[in-house]
Amino acid sequence: MRVGVLAIQGNVREHKRHLARVGAEPVEVRRPSELSDLDGLILPGGESTTMSLLMEEYGLLQPLRERAQSRPFPIYGTCAGLILLATEVVGLSPARLGLMDIVADRNAYGRQVASFEMSLPIPVLGPDPFPAVFIRAPKIARMGAGVVALATYQGDVVMAEQGQYLVSAFHPEMSPDTRIHAYFVEKVRKARQAEGS
Amino acid sequence: MEKQVGTFGVKAGLAEMLKGGVIMDVTTADQAVIAEKAGAVAVMALERVPADIRAAGGVARMADPRIVKTIMESVSIPVMAKVRIGHFVEAQVLQSLEVDYIDESEVLTPADEQYHVDKWAFTVPFVCGARDLGEALRRIAEGAAMIRTKGEPGTGNVVEAVRHLRAVNAQIRQVMSTPDAELPDVAKELAAPLDLVRRVKELGRLPVVNFSAGGVATPADAALMMQLGADGIFVGSGVFKSGDPEKTARAIVRATLYYNDPKIIAEVSEGMGPAMRGLEMSTLTAADRMQDRGI
Repeated sequence: MRVGVLAIQGNVREHKRHLARVGAEPVEVRRPSELSDLDGLILPGGESTTMSLLMEEYGLLQPLRERAQSRPFPIYGTCAGLILLATEVVGLSPARLGLMDIVADRNAYGRQVASFEMSLPIPVLGPDPFPAVFIRAPKIARMGAGVVALATYQGDVVMAEQGQYLVSAFHPEMSPDTRIHAYFVEKVRKARQAEGS
Repeated sequence: MEKQVGTFGVKAGLAEMLKGGVIMDVTTADQAVIAEKAGAVAVMALERVPADIRAAGGVARMADPRIVKTIMESVSIPVMAKVRIGHFVEAQVLQSLEVDYIDESEVLTPADEQYHVDKWAFTVPFVCGARDLGEALRRIAEGAAMIRTKGEPGTGNVVEAVRHLRAVNAQIRQVMSTPDAELPDVAKELAAPLDLVRRVKELGRLPVVNFSAGGVATPADAALMMQLGADGIFVGSGVFKSGDPEKTARAIVRATLYYNDPKIIAEVSEGMGPAMRGLEMSTLTAADRMQDRGI
């Protein structure tokens, strides 16, 4: 299974390492031509303004949108990636994919001094909590009826999915725990199976 | 279940998010907005860019908090600011303003010739300069969560940036090929803690992100440093001392992203206008050399 990692900037290396650990083949994506033959995509953490600007400029937004809307193509957005997937963004609203029915609130936890890590219970992953790292993290301000909350912290949904789309406000690639990547790659495997049948 | 702030993971983590990006020196809100619109991943809020600090002479200090606050209010990307080497009260002030990163920088006049700031004592993360592996590991031992090779700030001459990044890389290769039993001797030579030297051998790189600084003036300079293995780029005087800051800023961001694609570098470099004039190293006196401060 070939899973792309958007490689404009940010935590690309770490996502690739985690994908390889759970048995997927990671592929860096910078150009539209690199989207072919992919079974899924991760939008890593980084600066969402920078990523959105360059995705638009180098023609990645439209082909990605078309790809995800025409046939099964799971996408997982972490932190900045969550913002890129959201249909709406509070305040200054960067260009983005807008595929998932959530409203993202950028840097909603505050500046870097408020960044934190904690053990987060995520029921779909089993009883052990997940070591979650939040860095200048966004919040999901609102979500549509079709979106399922997978984890909450202090009343805020911090991980959610809607069909083939998965988002987390935190960075699973920054901990040694690969369960979320395994969860996503399983989604990718099922999507491929569904398309093949 | 309780959340923890200011952990080393969270501090080093923000630097990880900036990888592959460009951090630009800015002195006004307008410049910060230009940087953000050009695609910078962060800005460094300053009173004067390094080239002007050189020209002005005298003692260079932390920027006026009002400048830092104005810049913080004008952009949504992370804002960094500089303190003098060893000046932990300037660092306390910047932390109270909630800047996102503090640069303990040789560009300002050092406040302490013996000790750097104890960076473990802060919630806000620090970036420090280094000319070689030993210097980088000493700063990490003091709590730095990000390193930048120093280069020679405010010169627009990339030669020292290249020298320092090559030195770090060569020493990492040397550590990697050294048998474990001989690492204590290497640590002694580097004047760096043994556990960090072991960590470098294990990882095959520095344990934190390493950006290149001090002399990048053109898109090709930025791509050169990326091809040499930098995780990202600091541009000081290079943007706002150029003929067309907006164009230069955009071009350097794009050349940093597509650093392996000479066609794109050519495209963005075209008609960019004059780069900053720059200084030849041999014209600098010992006192002019910022890189030799705080080693």
